[in-house]
Amino acid sequence: MTHVKITMAQALNQALRDAMKADDTVLMFGEDVGALGGVFRITDGLTAEFGEDRCFDTPLAESGIVGMAVGLAMNGMRPVVEMQFDAFGYPAFEQIVSHVAKMRNRTRGRVALPMVIRMPYAGGIGGVEHHCDSSESYYAHTPGLTVVAPATVADAYTLLRKAIEFPDPVVFMEPKKLYWAKEEVDLTEDQPGIGTAVVRREGADATLIAYGPSVPVALEAAEVAAAEGRQLTVVDLRSIVPFDDETVCAAVRRTGRAVVVAEASGFASVSSEIVARVTERCFHSLAAPIRRVTGFDIPYPPPKLEKYQLPGVDRILDAVDDLQWEDS
Amino acid sequence: MTTVEERLLPSAEPVRLIDQDGVPHDHPSYRLPTKEALLDGYAQLIKGRRINDQASALVRQGRLAVYPSSHGQEACQVAATMVMREGDWLFPTYRDTVSIVSRGVDPIETLTLLRGDWHSGYDPYARKVAPQSTPLATQLTHAVGVAHAARLKGEDTVVMALCGDGATSEGDFHEALNFAAVFHAPVVFFIQNNEYAISVPLARQTVAPSLAHKGIGYGVPGERADGNDLAGLLAVLGQAVDKARAGEGPQLVEAHTYRVQAHTNADDATRYRNDDEVTPWLERDPIKRLETYLMQEGLLDDSVRQRADAAAEEVAAELRDGLMPDPSVDPADLFAHLYSEQTQQLKEQAAFLRDELAREEA
Repeated sequence: MTHVKITMAQALNQALRDAMKADDTVLMFGEDVGALGGVFRITDGLTAEFGEDRCFDTPLAESGIVGMAVGLAMNGMRPVVEMQFDAFGYPAFEQIVSHVAKMRNRTRGRVALPMVIRMPYAGGIGGVEHHCDSSESYYAHTPGLTVVAPATVADAYTLLRKAIEFPDPVVFMEPKKLYWAKEEVDLTEDQPGIGTAVVRREGADATLIAYGPSVPVALEAAEVAAAEGRQLTVVDLRSIVPFDDETVCAAVRRTGRAVVVAEASGFASVSSEIVARVTERCFHSLAAPIRRVTGFDIPYPPPKLEKYQLPGVDRILDAVDDLQWEDS
Repeated sequence: MTTVEERLLPSAEPVRLIDQDGVPHDHPSYRLPTKEALLDGYAQLIKGRRINDQASALVRQGRLAVYPSSHGQEACQVAATMVMREGDWLFPTYRDTVSIVSRGVDPIETLTLLRGDWHSGYDPYARKVAPQSTPLATQLTHAVGVAHAARLKGEDTVVMALCGDGATSEGDFHEALNFAAVFHAPVVFFIQNNEYAISVPLARQTVAPSLAHKGIGYGVPGERADGNDLAGLLAVLGQAVDKARAGEGPQLVEAHTYRVQAHTNADDATRYRNDDEVTPWLERDPIKRLETYLMQEGLLDDSVRQRADAAAEEVAAELRDGLMPDPSVDPADLFAHLYSEQTQQLKEQAAFLRDELAREEA
């Protein structure tokens, strides 16, 4: 039992370091991940420790990075690539959707692609245009991909380790604004695996369903609600695909009311999927329609305006207030 | 002393060792392959042509959904694999059926994509042949990754990555060349320039002096060959493979050939080109010129020809027999291969379809 107080960025760095130590075939590459250690320092020190063959910079071309990772994974390696910023991953979209996601299916399971695409994502860091997209819905919509989004420091470590060990490709969404969040954690402690959601807080009145950067906001809202006399459950999805219907639906059935919280624009999104599938499965347990607190259907705003886009505690509490309490 | 530019730029003219009249020519940098290689190549050309024409016939009979034929490009198809060793990887496109079969993949499994019973039918690891790529250039970066992995493992694998002239306009073509060069990956990029991307002629893809010239921008040596001259192709591709294997980094080879037939059976080439453009290319047929040369050299007698024809007929019969019955498909396959472990959601959807089919049967 060794408890350490570290940031999510340090936990991710440690996960990469431990994975590379444990398995010689794990390679880390992308833009500025070598000497610089990544623009967010997630790969800090890896080139120095493991050498240029294991952690290296590539030409600045995201499709090439992901395409090369496909070939490396086909030939015995476990590549981990960094897309630097969410919106910088779009040049690789064809590779991800047409090849990373489909290779296993196309070859009837003969060619598996054990690879991780690390995607620093979402807003809240005052980033300029193209640096703050919540792009998870694109990947979640693509059959064949596994999409993971940690919300805690402990999960950042565990889920990245498990993603690297996973036999299939994982899109690993790292909430940028949580990179500097500090927690006291025991990294040796085993956490639930990919595909399992976790109840972060129990409360009988309503359920907040969140993932990635929205989990701490949901927990804060639950804290405030408790002070006001309303007890909220908070479910942290951890993995968007596979989706843990069981944990989510159990929480919604217990509470009868739910709000989904996500930074991404709401239209045709992970949040709309959650509302649809929970409604289909839990309709008779619901005392009110499920509400959503999401980003507006607009391009991610410039830094001076982003506060209007991000789901905050007040908006979440307003949505909870709207869950037709007068009928119960 | 040669300058960097001289080392990277292709020959002034496409390398041609046997011309369209079957006449051999000396070349300062390339030698005529051995007669054994040429006789082997001849038999493979005959077989490749037979595969192309049989497969096209099977489309007309409704046994294949579509067949992008390499009729007229067989010298490229055959040369690409003749220069490879056991353990080397091939990255083919949808038009490279003949190459895949030449590499030893079962012809029926090769045609799975075009028959439509699955997206790819063969085990890529069995003969080190990647699934056929239909998005034109995306396979080229995969080829770089496979080559780089081999290099990291200390293996002397070479990767033969195929694409067409249209593919050289795609971003992935350029990213693949650049990545291969930067990582010194042993890849031979082999462009079969058949002058057309469906209906769009080469002039609309590029105004570069040749596609082989594109290598210089990445520091990759480019070379070009007459794509209908098996001898020239074997010499040029053989040298490219040797260099890549020897650690000289990626190589780019362009073959000048021509798509004498339409893009596929679903295409109507008369809408965008005239017959008088096609006719001269029929005179440049890769089989005819090699046959003429071999006969003039006294290397081709009736028994050689009969053996080649018989082998070709055998594979044609194999195609007819294998493709005549309707393929057996299993709807459960639709859900079985997405993940190593099937998700709960896919289990539910598979069960839904199973129940629906059971109800229909009842």
